[in-house]
Amino acid sequence: MSTKDAMIEFRDVHKYYGDYHALRGITGTIRPGEFFSLLGPSGCGKTTLLRTIAGFEGISSGAVLVDGRDMAGVPANKRPTNMVFQSYAIFPHLSVEQNVGFGLRKDPRPAAEKAKAVDEALEMVGLKGYGKRAAHALSGGQRQRVALARALILKPKVLLLDEPLSALDKKMREQMQMELIKLQRQVGITFILVTHDQEEALVMSDRIAVMFEGEIAQLADPETLYRRPNSRKVADFIGTMNFLPARVTGEAGDTVEVEAAGFGRFGVAASQVMGGKTSEGATVGFRPETLTILFDGSAPSDRETMATIEEVVYFGDMTYYDVRIDGTQTAVRISMRNVFGRPVLDIGARARVGWSPGALVLFR
Amino acid sequence: MAQEQAAVTGRSEAASGWLLISPTFLYSVLLLAAPLVAVLVYALTLKDVGGFSFANFHEVWTKPIYQKLMGRSLTVSFSVTLVTVALAYPVAYFVSFHVHPSKKSLWLFLITIPFWTSYLIRVFLWKVILGYNGVVNSGLMSLGLIDAPLQAINYNVQAMILTLAHAYAPFAILPIFVSLEKIDRSLLEAGQDLGESRWMTFLRVTLPLSMPGVIAAVLIVFIPTVGDYVTPDLIGGGKLPMIANMIEVTMLKQNDRHMGSAIAVTAMLVVAVVSLIFLMLNKRFLRGTK
Amino acid sequence: MKAPALRVYTIAYLVFLYAPIVLLPLFAFNDSKVIAFPLQGFTTSWFQIMWADQNLWNAIKNSAVISTSVAVFSTLLGLFAARASTRFKFPAKGAALGLIMLPLVLPEMIVAMSMLVVLLALGVPLSIFTIILGHVLLCTPFAVAILTSAFQSLDQSLEEAALDLGETPLSTFWLIILPLVMPGIISSLLICFTISLDEFIMAYFLGGNEPVLSTYIFGQFRFPQRVPAIMALGTILVCLSITLLAIAEYFRRRGIAKAGGKDTGGFL
Repeated sequence: MSTKDAMIEFRDVHKYYGDYHALRGITGTIRPGEFFSLLGPSGCGKTTLLRTIAGFEGISSGAVLVDGRDMAGVPANKRPTNMVFQSYAIFPHLSVEQNVGFGLRKDPRPAAEKAKAVDEALEMVGLKGYGKRAAHALSGGQRQRVALARALILKPKVLLLDEPLSALDKKMREQMQMELIKLQRQVGITFILVTHDQEEALVMSDRIAVMFEGEIAQLADPETLYRRPNSRKVADFIGTMNFLPARVTGEAGDTVEVEAAGFGRFGVAASQVMGGKTSEGATVGFRPETLTILFDGSAPSDRETMATIEEVVYFGDMTYYDVRIDGTQTAVRISMRNVFGRPVLDIGARARVGWSPGALVLFR
Repeated sequence: MAQEQAAVTGRSEAASGWLLISPTFLYSVLLLAAPLVAVLVYALTLKDVGGFSFANFHEVWTKPIYQKLMGRSLTVSFSVTLVTVALAYPVAYFVSFHVHPSKKSLWLFLITIPFWTSYLIRVFLWKVILGYNGVVNSGLMSLGLIDAPLQAINYNVQAMILTLAHAYAPFAILPIFVSLEKIDRSLLEAGQDLGESRWMTFLRVTLPLSMPGVIAAVLIVFIPTVGDYVTPDLIGGGKLPMIANMIEVTMLKQNDRHMGSAIAVTAMLVVAVVSLIFLMLNKRFLRGTK
Repeated sequence: MKAPALRVYTIAYLVFLYAPIVLLPLFAFNDSKVIAFPLQGFTTSWFQIMWADQNLWNAIKNSAVISTSVAVFSTLLGLFAARASTRFKFPAKGAALGLIMLPLVLPEMIVAMSMLVVLLALGVPLSIFTIILGHVLLCTPFAVAILTSAFQSLDQSLEEAALDLGETPLSTFWLIILPLVMPGIISSLLICFTISLDEFIMAYFLGGNEPVLSTYIFGQFRFPQRVPAIMALGTILVCLSITLLAIAEYFRRRGIAKAGGKDTGGFL
């Protein structure tokens, strides 16, 4: 059943800790050479799932396959995966080069070649010349690079990264994100990243599995996750989404007829409809940037409605407006890029709001 | 979860844990638990005749000589505990609150050094200090402050209490120090910020929060002093025996293991009951302040 | 530093703690058979008398054998228990550890007597060996406490990292865990050695006629003329204890530094 398209394959993986059901039937594949992220809030099972690949956690039922081979009974030290730990786990009693070369102990190559491999690995992560340093004298960013070099030197089929950037400050984190992406392209190894930071996942990944409570809620590429989240929960977790109650009034071919307060009647394509229920309690969701405030003279791209501005948050390059569309009860957020010469509107002002049925999602 | 296995060892975590702890655990079972059970069995059987009986306990609990001895042991232990903990608290407080963090370990080291010097020699030195011809008397006489040796300071219960209070001092300081260290300093600032004086802040915040340490100190001093053997022998001059000395005499000199066991078990019960009372006081105290 | 009253009190307390110990060298070098003021002049003869006593050397030999064995066995047993308690969750762990730590909260006399009763009933002859049995029971809780804190300061992902990089559980123990807890092991060895050396009750009751250092000292107290020599011996023992303690403390600190922890500050 496993194909060449799967570097990692989960088959109905369950994991119990006593009575606690930590993984609830995980099924899915991770492709060779892709940058894959496991994204979710803390306690959703993403780290547990990563550790079942590494071999640090056994599973209660199901199967985990790495490169087509069932990992049941294969101990961590025999698996073709290597890990970068959240705490980096740099051996404090060893030097940088001893850390990086740690996994080469049983390597049959002569010592000089191994030393060369260590130097190359250090150079790859930008730590050339740091080999003799004591491990405990390194900064957080340097420790992380050592951890990367130490794992990559063994040329694993899969590199596992457990929240590797969470201990770094914002600037350093953004820099490391870029470096990790470059590094992954350079070595071509499958990277699996665990993170609770949706922005980080969107920036870095080819594909993302969003997890809640031991289950994968949606597995897709970043754009699909952002534009077509398959549930309100996923939509809420990734970025900001406005929700307004709506009513399905009819279906015609590939189009669903919807009526929503403030927006009137409109049709949405079947590809925008998430969930398959026919209940009346539907919701339309739209991202803040899919609505626009139409300043004097500008024509709507599609449709327009009237609203009152209730709150203004100025962000420099952006302004967030919380507006109440006429005929609705709750405020929705609109983000506008600030353009030179255009005024920032005041609270209480009336504004025309442009929108498009094609940019929203219907949750049924 | 039959397949639940640590992927590393292939053994279940529970099995690994038990396997690893078993040498130490078995040692304790064989050399501690089994002997304690044996003592209990001895205590519950009659000498020579055998057979199950509470007679040994009945004798220990009702005979005046045992009651007097038990009473003395408890009095000495309680006094030692009270004196030791009361004297130790300000020291722990000082080190925790008024010593620069980088110097704290030096102070603790200074406090613990005497504890690591021979217990026997330390006890004996107090005999030398407080004795009839001892350091205090000879010192005072050579200074001309007194004409004849003071009798009030040697071979009595007070001398024993002083000796034991000295011997167990670090035991009392360390747990109190640890509990004081754990107190979030901003709580004290909050106390003063809310209008309490330093002293009231101490009474309403610091003291209650350090209570677990005080209780630990109390137990850690009380338990070994109840069973102390050397001090009554050396300082009390053998005239003021305590439980441990009585157990020795009964077990070895009178060769009555059954009676000796009954005394030992009784002592354990007393220790257990007193400990439980203190632990419960601590629990109630903590709940009461919440 | 505020609170001058507290400071004065604490210093007075330290004087109280050290008073007896300060007397040791004072009377060890005092040229008089009685331990009393005024001092009679300087002599080293008590050290010579002490040194010449064959019984003392027998006792020292026995004590050395006992304390070394106790240090090694207690630390080994402590390693097992500390590793099990920090690394694994298993049923009745609390109860098992409770029993192991029980000697800490039992009057020593009762532990010694219980063991004695059983040893006598089983007909085991009292010897150095029985003292070792008792001392190991007594010292193991200290070893467990010291080693548990050493293991606890160890980040578990270090072990996982070693496994992940291809080492077996056994080689991980050798390459990673042992080097990192070594300072704890050394300090456990030293502390167990010191406790065993000083212990009296078990040595007295479980030792039969084998003299050890503590029972030798106890025996000498009966003869007033021997007391100054004991003062000399005590002086040497105090110096020895302080040296051992300082070494133990040094290794404890190095352990903290090695594990990358924060040191609360040096005293030297």
